[in-house]
Amino acid sequence: MNPALWITLGKILVVFALTLGTVAYMTLAERKVSAIIQWRKGPNRVGIWGLLQPIADGLKFVFKEDYVPQTANKALHALAPMLTMAPALMTFAVVPFGSTLPIFGMEVKMIVADLSIGILFIFAIASLGVYGLAVGGWSSNNKYSLLGGLRSSAQMISYEISMGLSVIPIIMMSGTLMLTGIVDWQGNHLWFVITQPLSFLLFVISSFAETNRLPFDLPEAEPELVGGFHTEYSSMKFASFFLGEYANMITASALIVTLFFGGYHLPFIENLAFFDNHGFMLGMLHVITFMAKTAVWLFIFIWVRWSLPRFRYDQLMGLGWKVLLPLSLVNILIYGIIILGFGLGGTS
Amino acid sequence: MISFLFYVFSALALASAVMVVTRKNPVSSALFLVMTFFCLAGIYVLMDAFFLAVVQVAVYAGAIMVLFLFVIMMLNLSPDELPAFMNRRIKWAAAALAIVLTGSLLFLDLSRRLPASPAGELKGEVGALGDLIFGKFLLPFELTAVLLLMAIVAAVIMARREI
Repeated sequence: MNPALWITLGKILVVFALTLGTVAYMTLAERKVSAIIQWRKGPNRVGIWGLLQPIADGLKFVFKEDYVPQTANKALHALAPMLTMAPALMTFAVVPFGSTLPIFGMEVKMIVADLSIGILFIFAIASLGVYGLAVGGWSSNNKYSLLGGLRSSAQMISYEISMGLSVIPIIMMSGTLMLTGIVDWQGNHLWFVITQPLSFLLFVISSFAETNRLPFDLPEAEPELVGGFHTEYSSMKFASFFLGEYANMITASALIVTLFFGGYHLPFIENLAFFDNHGFMLGMLHVITFMAKTAVWLFIFIWVRWSLPRFRYDQLMGLGWKVLLPLSLVNILIYGIIILGFGLGGTS
Repeated sequence: MISFLFYVFSALALASAVMVVTRKNPVSSALFLVMTFFCLAGIYVLMDAFFLAVVQVAVYAGAIMVLFLFVIMMLNLSPDELPAFMNRRIKWAAAALAIVLTGSLLFLDLSRRLPASPAGELKGEVGALGDLIFGKFLLPFELTAVLLLMAIVAAVIMARREI
């Protein structure tokens, strides 16, 4: 096998391990942050500061009884958690988590697959995540699960549209669909959060809805639907839904950073003369910058969950179709006029 | 390697297409149709048509089939409640239609009357596709937009009798 293949395999392994590790520790972070917000201590028994809690939780999930309802559609009931996990873990393949790192004398790009249609790939794969929720809800043969599944499919379709449309001004300005190209445009010019605040707002709201996080977690609203689509799930199947949701959250945070906050670029510091002949240090700086920015957004996801109440279902649909969709269309029009009128944008 | 993958995707696509029409449960049929779309996207990737592949997944698998599934789950019919249109005569008509279609495609292919694949011209470049759509094929493209608008208006009128 040629070395390029080995490097790609290595990158897949690293990204996979990092994502799953972050997912495990996100569950701890969620409980710790919520505890701080609610003036509690949170889990602090397993390991120092509760640091071994995710391992204990994982073991607990493995040893729980895997209960399948008698009237459930067995095959689809088992398939649904996989349909949630797989797309959630796939999307990270096209997110650039650093520039290049010299390893064994080779410049290794810090991205698994630098596709020419990177951002469309993310939307395509992310739109498949809804099948897990819908199929899981339907196959359980339980009315609460079914309602959760129906809600999730309606919600995902509604917010996917404004999410996709909110990114179009960015594509128009940077003139590329490649995520590395979008990051480099921001490195050379300005971050998109400064030049396109409205797109940023629309994208963040839609990604909260797409990841089923509060204030948009209607598919599993526990006061009305018991547990929503995962009411009839237990053991590792439930854990798969749980992990998929957190993996989606990580991808959403990484995407917000990549599209609006300059990705791995750290302005001013990365232009220091010191980095001109220390390529490895610069590469490491980029990777660490990206991780730090993503961590900030993960914290914001948790912070919002424990601060805001849940929407009502009709409010959710109204916001999606009557506010976000028209706003995103107007947003495209405004930036189209700006780009044409002032000759901005990177289209060559 | 590429031709091997082509046969894998084609076999999977054909197998799941057969499953779509033979399953009794409408939800399974819909999911097998998604699988078919996915395999077609795989074949597009092998032809270097990345944009087409991604749009195939995003539009057909990610949006249209989700709506189909939504409606099927909403009605939640059991196999014996399904309307009687699945009778023998319809099945024979569908089979005849499938044979005619396959035959004509085979005839066109064997007599080399199929147009050459545009994949070489496009090379998976989004820009090239955009140039074609907004240049050479602008009128058909805009007409499609009007057609879709008409469909939306018709759907709204059918859903609510008085507006």
